[in-house]
Amino acid sequence: MIEVAGVSFSYPGLESPVLHDINLEIRPGEFLALLGRNGSGKSTFTRLLNGLLVPAAGDVIVDGYNTRDSSHRLRIRQQVGLLFSNPDNQLVAGIVEEDVAFGPENLGLPAAEIRERVRWALSVVGMEEYLKYPPHMLSGGQKQRVAIAGVLALGPSYMVLDEPTSMLDPRGREEVVRTLTKLNLEQGTAIIMVTHFVEEAAAADRVVVLDRGRVLVTGSPLEVLTRIDDLADWGLEAPEIALLCHELRKRGYSHFPMALDSRQVVDTIKQFPFKD
Amino acid sequence: MMNSFTFGQYIPGISLVHSLDPRTKLFFVVIMMAAIFAVNTLPGVLITALFTGIFIALTRVPLTIYFRGMRPLMVLVGITAAFQVFLIPGEVIWRWWVFSITDTGIEMGALMSYRLIMVFVLAQLLTLTTSPLQLTDGLEMVLGPLTRVGFPAHELAMIMTIALRFIPVFFEEGSKIILAQVSRGADFQGSWLKSARNLVAIMVPLFAQAFRRADDLALAMESRCYTGGEGRTQLHEITMSRTDYLVMAATAALVPFIFVLRT
Repeated sequence: MIEVAGVSFSYPGLESPVLHDINLEIRPGEFLALLGRNGSGKSTFTRLLNGLLVPAAGDVIVDGYNTRDSSHRLRIRQQVGLLFSNPDNQLVAGIVEEDVAFGPENLGLPAAEIRERVRWALSVVGMEEYLKYPPHMLSGGQKQRVAIAGVLALGPSYMVLDEPTSMLDPRGREEVVRTLTKLNLEQGTAIIMVTHFVEEAAAADRVVVLDRGRVLVTGSPLEVLTRIDDLADWGLEAPEIALLCHELRKRGYSHFPMALDSRQVVDTIKQFPFKD
Repeated sequence: MMNSFTFGQYIPGISLVHSLDPRTKLFFVVIMMAAIFAVNTLPGVLITALFTGIFIALTRVPLTIYFRGMRPLMVLVGITAAFQVFLIPGEVIWRWWVFSITDTGIEMGALMSYRLIMVFVLAQLLTLTTSPLQLTDGLEMVLGPLTRVGFPAHELAMIMTIALRFIPVFFEEGSKIILAQVSRGADFQGSWLKSARNLVAIMVPLFAQAFRRADDLALAMESRCYTGGEGRTQLHEITMSRTDYLVMAATAALVPFIFVLRT
């Protein structure tokens, strides 16, 4: 479990703190989506989770280890993988397998074990045929999947992703989200995904909305993403399917159930006329 | 864009030279370069040429590839040879206006050309048959002992790895910036001075972006438990085989000849 307890943070030289008194518990194996407009402190939050940044007040405790204690830093970084939005800027080596091996090499593992981890990580993200490829021959989505494999090879229980799809085209975005969902379901890796695509958050177990450095709401996607008026206040775009439900309600079908799944909405509409 | 980058680009293969340890190849290339610059007699030239020739044949890389890579560099060879031929004093063979050619000039010109060409050939022999990663691993291990006197061997190898990784990225970015500038009316044809000024408009965004990338990369490396070279292991451990020791022994056997074959 990652416990974030009363965490505040401000960058040196800046007046106002970026994060105020954040309290959050991230459970093993859960899929958490972190939403918020630009400047809400989302990115800073991700860097606090693996100890790249240390809170000004409060504590971040990963499976019992405080990120404040530098002697636990490597253990924490290995437990909490962090992925950034630009795949090009986080691939270190000129060959896919060498890049995925970078993390395990840093841990000082024997060559046979590194090879095994590289093979496994690439198969989880579905890139095993690209073992010997140079990254610049891959598409954006493929590069990001290799970057995910690079983090996975460290064997993390938590995977923190800072807008992993913001630099990708729709196809790459879908590839990455599918990979993450699979990772969460099959390997039981907890996913903490920062995004401003509300649709992507719909797949999560839990949604947290940050604004101006504070946690505004925590809840299931259905609870949070259907608050159409509030979403606009938080600087987020409502999912289209929720908007449809909302409009229907406004036009007289006040009992139309809110939903995030288009198939469910289709089924409801099929039962027209609705009992009111 | 990448086609302009052919000099010595790695060509995967299964030849004897490809399978040698990068350290063996580095040893061979360094010794041969020293030998080629040391010898100054015809037998010396012939022996070093023969030795290099055998090695080139063993790489199984077609000779045309070596020549294609060297073509732009022949200008340099030509200029160097011309300087030697015209400027070195000796017995004059031919004279026209202020130019005169001497016998020593011709000899020195030929020797200098031979040396330069061989340097390019040997450099290519190394990079054509060794992947950049093997090469950096090899360098790191060869320079490893120097870390004790404070030489940053691992850091150097890491810098090379990252540089090689980002060359295509910067190429791509450079051509994107050029397109963006051209579509807004920049003219990259024009006079030399004008295109030099336009170059600034490419370099500035390229550098700004490079620094941003460097910041990101540092964070990503740190997040992946990088703490420097200490305690790091390698995916591909390089090991010396019997052939490696044989090749090294043969190369070392050449060293006494060098001293005999110079005057």
